[in-house]
Amino acid sequence: MAFGTFTTPITWQEGEYTVTRTNSWSPPGDHPTGAGMLLYVKDGILEKVEGDPEQSITKGAMPIRMLSLPEYVYSPYRILHPMKRARDKRGDDSAWEQVSWDEAYDLIVENVRRCTEQYGSNSIATFVGTGREAGNWGPTMSCRVFNSPNIVYMQSGWSCYGPRMACTSYVLGAPYPELDYASQYPTSYDDPRWQRPEVILIWGKEPLKSNPDGFWGHSIVDMYAMGTKFIVVDPRLTWEAARAEIWLQVRPGTDAALGMAFCNVIISEDLYDHDFVEKWCFGFDQFAERVQTMSPAEAAEICEVPEEKIIEAARMYAKAKPAALQWGLAVDQKPNGIQMGFCCLAMMAITGNIDNPGGNIMGAIDIGGLGSGYTDLDPQSKINEMIGVDEYPAMVRTQQFTHPDTVLDELEKEDSIFHMGFFTSANAIANPCNLPKRWEKALDKLEFNVVMDIVMTPTAEAVCDLFLPVNTYAERDMYVATHYGACGTWIGAIKKAITVGEAKSDITIMRELGTRLRPELWERYKTDIEYIDDQKLCTLKTPDGRPLTMQDLFDHGSYHVDYEYRKYEKGLLRPDGQPGFMTPTGRIELYSTMLEAWGDEPLPYYEEPPTSPRSTPEYAEEYPMVLSTGARTWSYFHSEQRHVPLLREVEPWPLVDINPKDADRYGLHDGDWVWLENDNGRCKMKLSVQPGQKEGALASQHGWWYPERDASSPSLFDVYEVNVNNLVPYKTIGKLGWGAPFKCLMCKIYKAEPSADIDRIEEVYHG
Amino acid sequence: MAKKGLMIDYLLCTGCHSCEVSCKLEKNLPTGEFGIKLAEDKPWQIDDDTWEYKWIPVPTQLCDLCEDRTAEGKVPSCVLHCCSHCMHYGEIEDLAKEMSELDRKAVLFTV
Repeated sequence: MAFGTFTTPITWQEGEYTVTRTNSWSPPGDHPTGAGMLLYVKDGILEKVEGDPEQSITKGAMPIRMLSLPEYVYSPYRILHPMKRARDKRGDDSAWEQVSWDEAYDLIVENVRRCTEQYGSNSIATFVGTGREAGNWGPTMSCRVFNSPNIVYMQSGWSCYGPRMACTSYVLGAPYPELDYASQYPTSYDDPRWQRPEVILIWGKEPLKSNPDGFWGHSIVDMYAMGTKFIVVDPRLTWEAARAEIWLQVRPGTDAALGMAFCNVIISEDLYDHDFVEKWCFGFDQFAERVQTMSPAEAAEICEVPEEKIIEAARMYAKAKPAALQWGLAVDQKPNGIQMGFCCLAMMAITGNIDNPGGNIMGAIDIGGLGSGYTDLDPQSKINEMIGVDEYPAMVRTQQFTHPDTVLDELEKEDSIFHMGFFTSANAIANPCNLPKRWEKALDKLEFNVVMDIVMTPTAEAVCDLFLPVNTYAERDMYVATHYGACGTWIGAIKKAITVGEAKSDITIMRELGTRLRPELWERYKTDIEYIDDQKLCTLKTPDGRPLTMQDLFDHGSYHVDYEYRKYEKGLLRPDGQPGFMTPTGRIELYSTMLEAWGDEPLPYYEEPPTSPRSTPEYAEEYPMVLSTGARTWSYFHSEQRHVPLLREVEPWPLVDINPKDADRYGLHDGDWVWLENDNGRCKMKLSVQPGQKEGALASQHGWWYPERDASSPSLFDVYEVNVNNLVPYKTIGKLGWGAPFKCLMCKIYKAEPSADIDRIEEVYHG
Repeated sequence: MAKKGLMIDYLLCTGCHSCEVSCKLEKNLPTGEFGIKLAEDKPWQIDDDTWEYKWIPVPTQLCDLCEDRTAEGKVPSCVLHCCSHCMHYGEIEDLAKEMSELDRKAVLFTV
């Protein structure tokens, strides 16, 4: 263990400013990698932010989502006091009235007690979003405050991060093998233990624009500058693809076929690491036999990429020492995704690139599951009552969350178990939900809905009765750990510098509610710091052997582990101290006994997307374009930040990318407003003609709504006009319950007229 | 005093907009005004396997190389916040020397 090596304390005076060192997380949203920041405060006001050149990962760099923090903090759109509204006034923006925190808490307590008495505490659902700190506390809020096991992430097929985590837990017995970008070392790339990956295979991911769960995207650029080569698998020409040795422009949704072919080449050309396979892998022969059913020629035909490039890419990855793999959301967002992920893990394993310097490492901090609250369910057997556990036991038991699609079914039942909803920073109908209108109707059935958020959102406006204002990371004490502290390498301090209105932190709201509802579990924590020390940091040790505390993080800025590579050799992965992996066989399971036990095939296989030019040719006649949703932007974290002028100026409108040949075919031009439509619904976006976009396929952004437009129903900030999830089908997911086809839908595209409200963007810029 | 400039190792520029936004904040510029502006060479294909796709940040008339910051010993705001660490500030002779040692194309702006 080691602490950061900063030359200044956590706060200091610089002229008229008090400067506070901190790290970003949320809100404003970002995944937990933590950019190092300095907050400049004068007379209690956050006047400016600077990158922190001493922070070991970001070294002063700051994405625009963080640079714009002061605008976000003091935005006129922000809500700074609790507000309530009568249930029959849902959708009426003028009906909100300010209340005190005490009144807000009393209302929640009254409804929780009423629902618990009348229907049992399982009738309370806690809805969480993705990535933000609030997602971290979702299970705690649900289990430890409301005593309900029904934690809901509303995205069909749990199609974000979960499928990658799940297949890793099945195959590798670990949370998430991340590319080794030296984040564990206070001296970063200069640490002699680190090795630079010779090759990085970037597959279905855009790490620069996105904010991966534990990865600083621009470390890819640092390594490129040092000489690392890229192989890129993506239907779009990304920055990395333009600089790659090999770019495979795959047909969306076909990655599992490509993965099988990669493994086939590596094994048949004898490019695999015999020693590693023999010692540490289980089921190699069956795996080899299975992947031999997918020849590079067949994969070339399925994926629409040249056969020789598949072979060349497999060779290049296998021969590089070390090689690292960046696997992305494309794994999560298709019914066949677990099999794609399986192939990614197998490639890392058979080439010996697991937990090695410059390969894919397994982390060394494990506080992800700590304090999650599951053990506070009373009685403990409630853990077996999560909605969806019978229909999709693999997903529910692995993720320890309800099954999203089954929750929708349950909500729609006449005698639904659900009666109250608590939204912890989850903008359901603008972001995660497929078929958002259907979800809105289902959520509106709940008798009492509470939302915690920063600004009024379409979801809060549509279905909520009580609004609790949360604060930003400039207003709270917290920590940030890569990969939420599961498979972590580093922890940074988040330090409170300002107070704004009556907004409170996620933990404060949870503590104060908990103290009212289950004082025996919560009363003891008088501050957020006490809670974090006791529930999250306690198992980590300082260099002198004490339990780590928030004060240590404040004193030193950051905490790094003494990284041990190849932990499987040293007995560091299993509670019994034996060498090997935490799988049933103790080895990396190339024949997965877990997948088999859950009722799926133990070996990877390829299936066409649910709708595709090959699997449904008649459907493709009406809806000829393949559509991948969720293209990332520089400005926005999912559905957030459209109200921030600095960010909206950079990316003012929702874009869909098209290849020039397709644009010609449909008589469309760059900048046209277009409708994307299929049998599930349609949405309106602006066309961006991109020569690097795959012909026959579109790539759209997601999470859009217009904060400047009318809040009340039915407008709801025009969320339904622009929400691409209108096109995502009902419950079209993999066998075990993972993966909806967000990345491989089909649609038609035609010209639209701009909305009458288009000029109202000026209201964002000028208030 | 030796003339100062910005050297941009632009093959590394990803178009992240941090230079633009940090400059707007430093100079308090309204919507539509910039002290440095990204220019995009949109993707185009040279041959089957080669694409051209580049960004270059270009200082505008409003750029004074962050006189106030550099007087305090800080680097210009765009240089500090660049996500790719591809912008370098210094005396132009030193920057030219640095460029000559780079094995890729780069540009030097004097202001």
